[in-house]
Amino acid sequence: MSVLGSYLHRHPRLRLAGLLSAPLLWLVVAYLGALAVLLVSAFWTVNGFTGEVVREFSLQNFRTLLSEEVYRAVTLRSLGVAAAVTGICVVIATPMAFFMAKVASSKYRNWLVIAILTPLWASYLVKAYAWRILLANGGPIDTLFGGPGNGPGYGLFATIIVLSYLWLPYMILPIYAGLERLPDSMLEASADLGARAGRTFRAVVLPILIPSVIAGSIFTFSLSLGDYITVQIVGGKTQMIGNLVYANIGAANNLPFAAAIATIPVLIMVIYLVAVRRSGALEEL
Amino acid sequence: MTESSTPAIRLTGLRKSFGHVDAVAGVDLEIADGEFFSMLGPSGSGKTTVLRMIAGFELPTAGTVELGGKDVTRLAPFERDVNTVFQDYALFPHLTVRENVEYGLKVRKVGRKERRERAEQALSSVRLESFGDRKPAAMSGGQRQRVALARALVNRPKVLLLDEPLGALDLKLREQMQVELKAIQREVGITFVFVTHDQDEALTMSDRVAVFEAGRIVQVGTPEDVYEKPASPFVAGFVGTSNVFAGETARTLFGRAGTFSVRPEKINLRKAQETNGVVAEVIYAGPVTRYVVDLDAGARVVVVEQNRRTGTAALSELRGQRVRLDWLDEHVIEIPQLKENAHAE
Repeated sequence: MSVLGSYLHRHPRLRLAGLLSAPLLWLVVAYLGALAVLLVSAFWTVNGFTGEVVREFSLQNFRTLLSEEVYRAVTLRSLGVAAAVTGICVVIATPMAFFMAKVASSKYRNWLVIAILTPLWASYLVKAYAWRILLANGGPIDTLFGGPGNGPGYGLFATIIVLSYLWLPYMILPIYAGLERLPDSMLEASADLGARAGRTFRAVVLPILIPSVIAGSIFTFSLSLGDYITVQIVGGKTQMIGNLVYANIGAANNLPFAAAIATIPVLIMVIYLVAVRRSGALEEL
Repeated sequence: MTESSTPAIRLTGLRKSFGHVDAVAGVDLEIADGEFFSMLGPSGSGKTTVLRMIAGFELPTAGTVELGGKDVTRLAPFERDVNTVFQDYALFPHLTVRENVEYGLKVRKVGRKERRERAEQALSSVRLESFGDRKPAAMSGGQRQRVALARALVNRPKVLLLDEPLGALDLKLREQMQVELKAIQREVGITFVFVTHDQDEALTMSDRVAVFEAGRIVQVGTPEDVYEKPASPFVAGFVGTSNVFAGETARTLFGRAGTFSVRPEKINLRKAQETNGVVAEVIYAGPVTRYVVDLDAGARVVVVEQNRRTGTAALSELRGQRVRLDWLDEHVIEIPQLKENAHAE
């Protein structure tokens, strides 16, 4: 054993290879491999009579995606939902994170972090169904607004609300982490130089927080963009990209077309990540 | 320091408690206009808390803070005519050096042109005129320190507060900045309140020094006062190295009861017929050599001698040998004993 140990000590590259091979294998095969298969199968088609996958290169799926109005509409709707969810999360998360990081006492702060984290341990489905009950016709939210039918009901708006609720912690945590790293002396310096709280927040806190906000938005945006369960549960007739993928895997039995649709959010996220890479947000993850 | 009747800063009965702990336990102090005033003390002695109460970052539990004769105790930091240089500099990382310096002027709605001019002037007064377009991250510690100084001075405050601003710099740079700070203070003529735990810093730069112990000021005076006439054993021990003699030892050495101190550099060590101590340790420290000597009278004292003639070889030979220590009567400091209740609280 010690012979092997000292041999590895003399050959750091070999040691590194041994250490990394398992996780690298997982990354390459399970993750990148699956993505590659997805990309390749997007160029296949399905025989209309037999339902068999035809493994021949064809651009037909993408032609359909680009030419038919419904796919553009669904893509734009999904983008809109993802953007709205991200916006709502930023607006709610920033003051909450600020309170946690800069106002609350350290004991209180730990409780708040736990309070933010515990919903993440509960099942996604349970939370979505909880909102289904809340939003039901004649349910608690309707009652709050004065009677059945007065609340938002199921639909696009409900989807946005529930997704914002679900992904809020993913926005709070990076902003909280960013604020924790922001020294109090920075805020004091701003006040010392004559700035009131609002000014300090706009001129000092927000600019420094931008990378954290972007880091959070990568979560809220991509999670919203790919979601299909919440939409099914509270979305009414609303369809998002994820629903189309799901429908083509199941009912339509057209896996290649599902793969082609699935490349849309992947492409959008790649564009988004490239765009924000320069902001330094990726180091915040 | 006497020309102005209203002091730049007047603290009256200032207290600050955090829970059950009295960080500041009653401070009365007047700092004159244009004075370079240092608050010296070990960490936790309350000096920084006093500074933060002058700046407005902490509200006192009791007592008042007056700036230029005006009671500002309850005013927010942005309503006070003071500026602060922070220990960690607290430069805004997303702004350039020039934007950092202009920040205070911009907040106070100074016109663009005047802002530019004053920022340039402030940057050149700290010798950073060509660094305006850099981000703080691209600067060294000493440079950031000077940016922080420029950012505070550009607002022409009545009082500049400095919270251990040299603490993060290395020794060479610190000594250089000490000289520079003093020069800048003389040039702009405003009151500097300088918090430090470094007695060298306090002694070299200040017009007056307040020594803090456990939330109280135990002595205020010129550097010479504080060093040559310490008001308590604590001051004698904290400011400079000192040999404090008390009890039986004091009676043997000085012929009367009391607490006495003799600074290490005032003691003369020589070989003689009649000896009164044994050299326990010889420490060579470049320009000086420190001797630790056990006196027969029952005290361990430190003696510092300039290495003007001595060679290193001769030094270590002294270890273990009997020597004669003596000093001039005028260098014996009699330290007043504090009243017993001074520390109790």
